[in-house]
Amino acid sequence: MSAFLESHLLWLTLTLGVYCGASWIFSKLHLGILHPLLVSMSVLIALLKLTGVSYQTYAESTEMISFLLGPTVVSLGYVLYEQIDHIRKNVTSILVSTFIGSIVGVVSVIVILRLTGADQSVIASMAPKSVTTPIAMQLSEKEGGIASLTSIAVVVCGIFGAIAAPYVFKVFKISSPVAKGLAFGASSHGVGTAAAIKMGAIEGAISGLAIGIMGVMTAVAIPLVTAVMHYLHL
Amino acid sequence: MIAKAFTILLFYLLGEGLSSITGNFIPGSVLGMLLLFGALALKIVKPGSVDTVAKALIANMVIFFLPPAVGMMTSLDLIARNIFGIILASTLSTMIVIAVVGLIQQKIGVRTFIKRKGGDK
Repeated sequence: MSAFLESHLLWLTLTLGVYCGASWIFSKLHLGILHPLLVSMSVLIALLKLTGVSYQTYAESTEMISFLLGPTVVSLGYVLYEQIDHIRKNVTSILVSTFIGSIVGVVSVIVILRLTGADQSVIASMAPKSVTTPIAMQLSEKEGGIASLTSIAVVVCGIFGAIAAPYVFKVFKISSPVAKGLAFGASSHGVGTAAAIKMGAIEGAISGLAIGIMGVMTAVAIPLVTAVMHYLHL
Repeated sequence: MIAKAFTILLFYLLGEGLSSITGNFIPGSVLGMLLLFGALALKIVKPGSVDTVAKALIANMVIFFLPPAVGMMTSLDLIARNIFGIILASTLSTMIVIAVVGLIQQKIGVRTFIKRKGGDK
C-alpha cells in the first residue's frame, strides 16, 4: 500500500486530474478566488497530508511537469518574436518602466515586511515575488531566502495580480495595450501572461516579454537596493 | 514535433551553458529565451522550427507552477508566523508594481510614439 501511495504514477495522475477538475470548476463559475492553481494546490496538499506522503516524494513524482517551466520560459522568446514590431516601437519605455517597477517592487516589499516585523529569511524570500518562479527561486536562495516560500509567494502574487490588474487599470486609467501587458507580466509573470493573452495578442506578447525583462531587472534591483539601504544604515 | 522540441531544448541548453559560465547571475531559461528571440530576429532560426511546441507549452503553462506551489506545505509554520506581513506585502506591493509599470509605460510610451510621428529622431 505504501509503495502504491508513494508511486510517481499516482501523484502524476492525481496532479493532472486535480488540475483538470479545478479548471472545469473555474470555467463554470468564473470566480477569481477559485483560480485552478489555488484550488488544485489546496486539494493536493490535503491529499498529501491525508496519505502522509512527503513533499519530497511529490516533487520527485511531478518533476516531469515542473521541468517544463524551463522550456516554457525559452518558448517565450518565440512569443516575443511574433510581436517584434510592437516591441521595437517601445524599447526605451519598456526598459525604463520595468526597471523602475522592479526597484519599487523590491523596496515596497522590504518596507512593508520590516514594518510588520517579519523574519529576515521571509524578506529575502518575498523580495523577488513579482518574478517568474525559476528566476525568483534562484534570487531568493542567493539572498538567504526559502525557495518554497518564494515559490508560493510568486504564485499567490501572480494570481492576485491577474485578478487585481483590471481594477488597478480602471482606477489609474491605464488603457494602452502595451502598458497593460507590461504591467501584467511585470507583476504576475506566467499567471498574469495567461490572463493577458485572453485580453489580446499585444497584451499577451508584451506580458511575456515583461516576464524576462522583470527577471533580469530584479536580479539587478535586489543587490542594488540592499547595498543602498546598507549604505544609508537603514 | 520532435524536431521543434529539440530546437527549444537546444536553446535551453545553450542558455544553461551560458548561465553557468557567467556565474549563474541570470538563469539559463531566461538566457535561452533571449537567445531564441535573437536567433529568430536575425533569421538564424525559422519561426516554423519551434512554433507549435512553443505555443502548446505557453498555452498550458499554469500547471507547470503547480508542483512548486504545493511546496508551501513544507513551510507552513514560518508562513503562519509571518502571515500578516506576507499578505500585506504580496497584495500592496503587487498593486504598486502594476500601477507604476502601467503608468510609466503609458506616459513615456505614448510620448515616444507622438515624437516619431512628428518626424523627431
